[in-house]
Amino acid sequence: MINKLVIENLKHRPARTLLSVLAIGVEVTLVLTLVGLSHGMLDDFEKRSRGVGADVIIRPPGSSVFSMSTAPMSDKLVPFFASQPNVAQAIGVITHTLPGLFGSVTGIDLASFNTMSGGFRFLEGGPFRKDDDVIVDEYYARQGKHQVGKWIELANRKWQICGIVESGKMSRLFVQLPVLQDLSGNKGKLSQIYLRVNGRANVDPLVKQLRETPSLKDYQIYSLEEFTSLISINNVPWLTPFIRVIVGIAVIVGFIVVFLSMYTAVLERTREIGILKSLGASPALIVNLLARETTLLAILGSGAGIGFSYGTRWLIQTLVPASLQQAIVYEWWPIAAGIAVAGALVGALYPGFKAARQDAIQALAYE
Amino acid sequence: MSASPIIRIRDLRKTYRTGDVEVHALRGVDLDIPRGEFVAIVGPSGSGKSTLFHILGGLTGPTAGTIHIDGKDLLGLTDAQRTEMRKSTVGFVFQKYNLLPTLTAEGNIEIARYISGRNGGWDSQFRQILDLLGISGRLHHKPRAMSGGEQQRVAIARALVNHPAILLADEPTGNLDTENSNAVLGILRDLNHRAGQTILMITHNPEAAAFADRVIRMRDGRIEA
Repeated sequence: MINKLVIENLKHRPARTLLSVLAIGVEVTLVLTLVGLSHGMLDDFEKRSRGVGADVIIRPPGSSVFSMSTAPMSDKLVPFFASQPNVAQAIGVITHTLPGLFGSVTGIDLASFNTMSGGFRFLEGGPFRKDDDVIVDEYYARQGKHQVGKWIELANRKWQICGIVESGKMSRLFVQLPVLQDLSGNKGKLSQIYLRVNGRANVDPLVKQLRETPSLKDYQIYSLEEFTSLISINNVPWLTPFIRVIVGIAVIVGFIVVFLSMYTAVLERTREIGILKSLGASPALIVNLLARETTLLAILGSGAGIGFSYGTRWLIQTLVPASLQQAIVYEWWPIAAGIAVAGALVGALYPGFKAARQDAIQALAYE
Repeated sequence: MSASPIIRIRDLRKTYRTGDVEVHALRGVDLDIPRGEFVAIVGPSGSGKSTLFHILGGLTGPTAGTIHIDGKDLLGLTDAQRTEMRKSTVGFVFQKYNLLPTLTAEGNIEIARYISGRNGGWDSQFRQILDLLGISGRLHHKPRAMSGGEQQRVAIARALVNHPAILLADEPTGNLDTENSNAVLGILRDLNHRAGQTILMITHNPEAAAFADRVIRMRDGRIEA
């Protein structure tokens, strides 16, 4: 019966109910979109790392999984690594960071890169023909509405798009290795070296052997499995506190929305609360009634928020597919809903307390 | 009628404090109501009728005196105990009906049963009361779709669904036209005659008071001789 009263109360004030659900939905979307972006971008980074086709990744001393260090390694290391036992192929690349969030251009030797990665699948255009050619992936092209032949500016220089390729191989922008080395003042230097190994069983022994080589002591040497396992939210130094701050803001938003909504509801229903008290309703029952109503609002808001998060993903995929990727992280649905319910219940505490303490005689006389 | 009164009040006093001013709403009320009696309490505004009504209904406690309803002493009751008493011992009927606007007539009756902790369908005695009230066909309507007379009859049904020892009616015809007033008062009299329901009714209207077995007049917080 109490559930029926809760539902009828919500139906009786559709505008207030809808606004509360929408506001809680925005709170849930905020959390799910942020978490989805974190996971989506890391998943994309992992996918592109695997797309290189390497078994071992070597990074310069002092770098980390997510650092975009520019070229402190000599390109003479490539033949050295290639000469190691069980190494089928070694290639080096240089990464140049571009202004803007997560932007970079990678210098590659196209022939050796194609051998290791299995080759680009060109959706439009073809390989480099001249020094100022750039190959872009489909997301970069879609985001900037670029076509083959169009000139774009990167690193204070004009480049012409020679090919648009399927995404998933290391980077979104590729230029020729020596050109980028010259441009960034890193002639003969590399940012990363990739090794393809003969036989999976030989990967870990090779990594162990390289790590034990005294001259490579400070280099970051990972098997691909190890490298991708390090691509997680916990290994991005700023991401966990950032998520916590956003979740905190979301809880405060939910708290304020429900506080105002329930405070208004209690004022609106002063007489009704008096009626319930005259029928023998205890303060606990009044609080229970408001808590159920709040929980139902939060659950409906969570459902709306989950729906909205598909909307934000669609917007991101449509507007900025190269800059941002949003995943739908199912395991965060109950967490986000829990956050919404908790924030809402805290918001309903004071109005519930006020309603429970309301004097029945005054409440019945309320006009 | 039983010889032992269902309501026994002795030297009942109630003092309110409004800021620094003390208001003596009841100044020593003595009253016995035998079980099954239909009593009308009349008096001018400020005479203490409503305060007496609220104390009898357990909505507020007395300041001094003794008051027993169906054998229970109300003086020493805590707020929680008075809440328990309201669930089963008294049923309220208000001037403004006080139905929950979000629920149907049936829902308004059911919520009173739910609060009192009763489950299951309505008993045959209550179904007879519904027939007497003439609202069986209106149970699925919400208050806004009902006339004042119908709403007041639903309020009476809600007040009686838990078979309270006493029915307290505060100006039950105050918002009704003459035809609906007479219908509601006739129903109260029928309930009293047929089911032996004890009823206390507050009213300003002498014609309404005439439906009762006895009329008690109050003035300045006391019952007039």
